[in-house]
Amino acid sequence: MEFFRVKNDIPFMKYRKFSAAISIITFILAFFFLFQKGLNYGVDFTGGTIIEVSYQEKANLDEIREQLKSINLNEIQVQNFGTDKDVLIRLPINEQISIAELSETVNQELSVLGNNFEIKRVESVGSQVGEELFENGALAILFVCIGIILYLSLRFEWRFALSAVIANMHDVIIILGFFAFFQWEFNLTVLAAVLAVLGYSVNESVVVFDRVRENFRKMRRASVTEVMNNAITRTMSRTIMTHLSTQTVVISMLIFGGEILHNFSLALTIGILFGIYSSIMVGCPMALWLGTNHSNLAGSISEKKETESP
Amino acid sequence: MNQYSRWQNISILLIVLLSVIYAIPNFFGEAPAVQIMSLKSGEKIDPIVISQAENILNENNISTNGTILTDGYVKFKLENNEDQLTAKGLLEEKLGPNFIIALNLLPNSPNWLEAIGGQPMYLGLDLRGGVHFLMQVDLSNIEAKESTGKINEIRSTLRENKIRYDQIDVESGSIFVQFADEKDLKKAKALLTQTDSSFEFSKRINLGSTGNAPKIKELEKDNKFILTVASSAANKEEMTKFAIKQNLETLNNRINELGVAEPVIQQQGDNRIVVQLPGVQDTAKAKEIIGRTALLEMRLVDDEASPSIIDEAIAGNIPLGRELYYDRNDNPLLLKKEVILTGENINNAGPGVDNQTGQSIVSLTLDGKGANVFKKVTRENIGKRIAILLIEKELTEIITAPVIKSEIGGGRVQITGMKNAQEATDVSLLLRAGSLAAPMEIIEERTVGPSMGKENIQRGIQSTLWGFIAVILLISFYYMLFGIFSSIALTINLILLIAVLSTLQATLTLPGLAAMALTVGMAIDSNVLINERIRDEIRNGNTPQASIHLGYQKAWGTILDSNITTLIAGLALFMFGTGPIKGFAVVHVLGILTSMFSAILVSRALVNLYYGAKRKINKLNIGEIYKVNN
Repeated sequence: MEFFRVKNDIPFMKYRKFSAAISIITFILAFFFLFQKGLNYGVDFTGGTIIEVSYQEKANLDEIREQLKSINLNEIQVQNFGTDKDVLIRLPINEQISIAELSETVNQELSVLGNNFEIKRVESVGSQVGEELFENGALAILFVCIGIILYLSLRFEWRFALSAVIANMHDVIIILGFFAFFQWEFNLTVLAAVLAVLGYSVNESVVVFDRVRENFRKMRRASVTEVMNNAITRTMSRTIMTHLSTQTVVISMLIFGGEILHNFSLALTIGILFGIYSSIMVGCPMALWLGTNHSNLAGSISEKKETESP
Repeated sequence: MNQYSRWQNISILLIVLLSVIYAIPNFFGEAPAVQIMSLKSGEKIDPIVISQAENILNENNISTNGTILTDGYVKFKLENNEDQLTAKGLLEEKLGPNFIIALNLLPNSPNWLEAIGGQPMYLGLDLRGGVHFLMQVDLSNIEAKESTGKINEIRSTLRENKIRYDQIDVESGSIFVQFADEKDLKKAKALLTQTDSSFEFSKRINLGSTGNAPKIKELEKDNKFILTVASSAANKEEMTKFAIKQNLETLNNRINELGVAEPVIQQQGDNRIVVQLPGVQDTAKAKEIIGRTALLEMRLVDDEASPSIIDEAIAGNIPLGRELYYDRNDNPLLLKKEVILTGENINNAGPGVDNQTGQSIVSLTLDGKGANVFKKVTRENIGKRIAILLIEKELTEIITAPVIKSEIGGGRVQITGMKNAQEATDVSLLLRAGSLAAPMEIIEERTVGPSMGKENIQRGIQSTLWGFIAVILLISFYYMLFGIFSSIALTINLILLIAVLSTLQATLTLPGLAAMALTVGMAIDSNVLINERIRDEIRNGNTPQASIHLGYQKAWGTILDSNITTLIAGLALFMFGTGPIKGFAVVHVLGILTSMFSAILVSRALVNLYYGAKRKINKLNIGEIYKVNN
């Protein structure tokens, strides 16, 4: 069985203006939502407390809200979480009540209504910790970008490196744009997914660029556009298969992973889908636009030692 | 061309076998156990106690399944779940209060596996349930305390050398001494610098960052001759280190009393402490014990202060060198700032009852230094009152302020004024476990209930398992026999990853399980690359054998490049990540590394075994290959 019975190369590069337009529009949209709506940061970053409570029967949210009013905190959110028996309570950071006391106070207040519940999870983060986690996250993204540019510059050349990172950031911005638009909660686990996508989607670009380099060697008479079209077409089957299997696993996580892994899997799904698009329609056109041709890869070809087969 | 040498095959087989063996302990589940620890943390359990405990269990027909000695404590593996609580009760009763008995779960794998170091993966708190606290140590008070002690020294030095000064006090952690003229100031400076190198003496205070010292500013404006005394940088660092160390020790002792089987208490960064208590369900109790910042101080009461001075102090005009506190009946008392003794000087503390009044008391045994100081102070201050303060976060309370009737030697002190027996017990526990050198605040708490932990494990396993099955079906369907080879390689990758995680005892969390699932999806990429390359080579008109060879050879460079970039991302996650991110990163990075082995070497070995020896192959079983125009 083969999915792609393509006899001739698909002229991907012909559509590069069209795809550039799409990319720029989605990019602008993503940025727009990021600035207009902002990310819905979880307690990991903002500080605050979330408490997950599981009731034996359907939970009465109004009753819980009413009872929690006695804590005298503004902005206590009470909502269902997954099922109607599970309740998620969000409390903001407060100067008067320390983190340690807060969860116990909520526990006491809830006990007033009866003991048919179990506290399943408490996450309390002080504002200072939140800021640090945020800073570290930003640092990690920066580190990955620099690391990838350096490695790819060494292995290929700077045009490819830059293109790959731009294609990469494209995916990341779009994930963030989705999270801003839908106001999905952005927490540490989602950040892990975003960073994983950074590593994963650069894979895509690398595989295609590898083919481009090989083609430059083989197809000496072909134009740069032809070389790229051939490279993309010939790696299509692999691209689809790899993404399909990764997406299969991510779907499995969406189904079985529960609430905690839900947004994590969502971020990965968006990353995987846009990863396919960006490696084909962002990475290559970018490299083309930056002026990649036979000659500037020739150097790295002759320097490069033939890699050994294992 | 497509044959591995015998030693190559054997070493691959050996690695696979080893990984299977070290992955096995994860599938045996856990057995109930009781754990005996010494009350004093760090103290090892005597072999006599072990045999004693064994006898107790034997006599009561509780069958054990092995005795394990680690880090000074003993664990008894039990056969039945029901016996766990009985055993705990019996041991607590028979071994006495010097030992803490905790419930634990131990891997149920056979002894030979344990003997060769086979352990199941170390589960994080989100998978086994428990509490995680991150605590910030507040070091600002330490300096102030040190300064208060220092004042006494300076005062007596100046007095002994007959240098006159107008006033001496402390403000914002800096001591300042005011002199009548420049000559005295210079003399004092020279003298003090000579006697103590851990402090820095300067003529004017650096008001830059420490800033807020209005009194000193005021005096400076009036052109007074002021000498300021501040702790030297090295001294500050030393004090900080000591404070953190003392807090860690105290926490160790306190948590020991809680009876947690495998607590983690570690310093993080400069001034933070992480505490993880697996399996603890009563978080309120844990927080109370850990979070109590109770410090005990003994200070002299200023009995010369007239009622009018006290009234004025209540109005906010507190005399220099004094502090205003209230006792339990809300009576205001002016105390001298100098601390005579702190909880550090207490060796032992226990609750008791006063024979004469029937009141609850706490009896203290002081250490050598404490006993000496106490003897001296009581001798010099007969007839005066000594206040005992309990300081908890913002609340400072005078528990009692008895009149000193006679010199008290021998270091045995009784604190009266306890509300009831419960308070006497609590206060003794706190004093016995040691007090904190610096107050701490919980700045991050993560609690996972026990049922949540089990659910999370199920979620992680289900995600990985179903993802794995779906990928295997997909790949086998698409690449036929080569897909099956890839699937076997993927299975081995998973086993290898589990074995590595078990051997390294890296913490496995829910995001870690997600990373495991993701590894399944991503590791197959290498095989897809290889299989597609082989198809390519056949398309290009190569023979089957040559296609296999070229396919693996050409895919190798690409696999290396793409895996290294993924590794860069993984390492960044590990370096900058905390908590869930780190858990994800560890498995992610290890998964990439193991996949390099399995996807390339294992799958090649399988292909070689099947095709390598065949002279004539008409067609590779790698699915249909469509011809393209070139």
